Amino acid sequence: MFYREAGQFRTSYAQDQQILPLWQDKLGMAAMLVVGFCIVPFFASNYWLSALLIPWLILSLVALGQNILMGYAGQLSLGAAGFMAVGAFACYNLILRIEGIPFLVALFLSGLCSAAVGIVFGLPSLRIRGLYLAVATLASQFFIVWALDKFGWFKNYDVAGVITAQPIVIFGHTFASPQEKYIVVLAVVALLALAAKNMARGSIGRGWMAVRDMDVAAEVTGLPLMRTKLQAFAISSFYCGVGGALFAFAYLQTVEPSAFTIDLSFRILFMVIIGGIGTILGSFLGAGFILLTPIFLNILFHTVFGKAVDATIASALEQIIFGMMIIMFLIFEPNGLARIWSVTKERLRLWPFSR
Amino acid sequence: MEETPSMLAKMKRLIGPIVACAALASAATASYAAEQYFGIPSSRVGPYAAMGTGYYGGIIDYINYVNMKEGGVNGVKLTYEECETEYNAARTVECYQRLLQKGDQKMVVFDVLGTPGAYAVIGRMAADNVVLAQYGYGRTDAADGRVWPWVFGAHSNYWSQIAVQMNFMAQKEGGIEKMKGKKIVHLHIDSAFGREPLPAMRLIAKDWGVTLIEIAVPAPGLEQQSQWLQIRRENADWVTFWGAGSGMNSTAITTAARIGFPREKMIYVTFGGAEEDMIPAGEAAKGTFVTANAVPGKSFPLVQDIEKVVYGAGKGNLSNTARIGTVYWNRGLSAAVMWVEALRNAQKMSNKVGKPVTGAEFRDGYEALNMSPERLKELGIEGLVPPFKLSCANHEGAGKFKMMQWDGAKFQLVSTDWVAPPDPKFVRNLIEESAAKYAAENKITPRTCQ
Repeated sequence: MFYREAGQFRTSYAQDQQILPLWQDKLGMAAMLVVGFCIVPFFASNYWLSALLIPWLILSLVALGQNILMGYAGQLSLGAAGFMAVGAFACYNLILRIEGIPFLVALFLSGLCSAAVGIVFGLPSLRIRGLYLAVATLASQFFIVWALDKFGWFKNYDVAGVITAQPIVIFGHTFASPQEKYIVVLAVVALLALAAKNMARGSIGRGWMAVRDMDVAAEVTGLPLMRTKLQAFAISSFYCGVGGALFAFAYLQTVEPSAFTIDLSFRILFMVIIGGIGTILGSFLGAGFILLTPIFLNILFHTVFGKAVDATIASALEQIIFGMMIIMFLIFEPNGLARIWSVTKERLRLWPFSR
Repeated sequence: MEETPSMLAKMKRLIGPIVACAALASAATASYAAEQYFGIPSSRVGPYAAMGTGYYGGIIDYINYVNMKEGGVNGVKLTYEECETEYNAARTVECYQRLLQKGDQKMVVFDVLGTPGAYAVIGRMAADNVVLAQYGYGRTDAADGRVWPWVFGAHSNYWSQIAVQMNFMAQKEGGIEKMKGKKIVHLHIDSAFGREPLPAMRLIAKDWGVTLIEIAVPAPGLEQQSQWLQIRRENADWVTFWGAGSGMNSTAITTAARIGFPREKMIYVTFGGAEEDMIPAGEAAKGTFVTANAVPGKSFPLVQDIEKVVYGAGKGNLSNTARIGTVYWNRGLSAAVMWVEALRNAQKMSNKVGKPVTGAEFRDGYEALNMSPERLKELGIEGLVPPFKLSCANHEGAGKFKMMQWDGAKFQLVSTDWVAPPDPKFVRNLIEESAAKYAAENKITPRTCQ
């Protein structure tokens, strides 16, 4: 009833190929963009912007990159945080060493650097598959963080190894306040998410999915296996690299290798699995779940119990509950949060009748 | 696909009451007239839990003690909010932003007990008017108050500490000239914290003709076999250990015992050497040296009084009362003493006795900290921390430590006096150089101090 497509006819190919063919979807997306760009920056508190929304958007972008590689192209990879580190350090060095380079150009170039590294570490995928590939990409994670630590040039020989990120300057304006940073992050993420959606539903994405479903069959039908796989690695790493640069510049405001540990790689992997493998929406939902649930649990425990319960027990309980929630999701909805949304849409369509 | 709708329904049933509870609870926390709010970014879970529970337990116990015993600071009740950082830089940023504002009061001081966390927020202090109190950890060159007005490393930092440790080795070897040709391994966790002493250490090693070998252990450091085999292969004379987390710290001892490296040649950093780090290693820990910036023990009048007043009333923060007087708890206690002293100063200096102060006023109060021997005695912590005084330019203070040795059951003090580096000028120059480099890179004009 609420989500009815009856009466919405498509009379041309152009109409049939729209991203959002239903007017409900168009309206919903437009409303979300208006709220995101015009309302949130003015009404959300600094805490919401700088501690929740900015990292959520950035990690969504990285999860999107991981999802392209894992969900669409079927290449199990564990190096997302490593590629983020490449992006962050590339951005730092570009701004440091090239006088007057615009931030957005540096951001784009750091994505390209990361893509180049991604291609190199994607080479094993031509020979190995599945879990074996995951182990091979694990090497990238360790190698990149080690190399950034080992060679002082990357850190401009900073003694402590934790560098203060340069300010974000676009067209001479410094984006310093949480509102301004949020706008930059949101614009980049919205743009790249749109690009990802289009790639995923176009010929590129179909190539990835063919490789994912059965690479031998894909090759037999004339799909160049090497190009498709490396393309997936490159684009995925590009997203991770841009995400890493934003994570360092718009969120942490410091650049250091130890921010991009294996731990973060695993968290990004979980975001994709919980959110929904092979969905764009799932990357956003998964990042939100993994990033925000522990924070909300922490706030909830402190507001509900206050100082009545031992804070050590409360902190431990949060982790237990978070773990249980993950297990519950995996049992009840193995296809991820994105699947819950599509089921909800289905029910809205039929409401008030049920199946 | 029948599970999903039923699960959604369950979720709905769950979420309703939770939201209602949260709304009720937040409505119930109304604020009083004269209150001073403190944000406490604690780390109570994960590998660093022993450190976090002890340190923040000490801070909270002292806050409660001041409220219960003296009715607050000149009648201003101290309140606090906690936030779990998990000793993680990204979560620290979240906690910092969350704790920053509480009702109409702003946080005045932030003490995250972790160098990575301190680095993650250090750039926000000046803009937000919050004091970053790095009690013996964090960014060392912040001891130069001209470049870092908002950051304090009271009362001693890692560069002073490494100088004291190396001097201790020289004493044991029979003089600095005997150190020539010796090999020191700096075994450290692979983080900003582990690398922090290196700039000073490298220079001293070069000066003395000592071979310095840097070996990093990736976090969480529960497996150190290869690193210790390397130490044996290099035939190291001394090991300085910069570890974090009880697991890593006790593993170092047990692995050293396994390869037969004498524990009497290992010197632990302040933040890696506590009862919680020694006890898991058992007999093997006997003989290990630790530098202390706050002395453990219950012999101090303040510690005894807190045990009586706070724990006697059942309001203690530690669930295990045996941990009162341990290294981490005593350190947290002295951190809180500095906060409260700074608050006292701030109230006096800004004519706001009996009123809450702002971040800028608190900063001035912190900078005016004067922990004279008499004052320490009044506070009941004589001998727990060294006497020190901060100033506009000097944000470090004492730069002094005591060496202690684990005897299998508790720490025994090796030195009765507080030990300063043999050449404090050397450390200070290094700090000023590094701070000047930072100021130049980030286009900061250092303020002038009389």
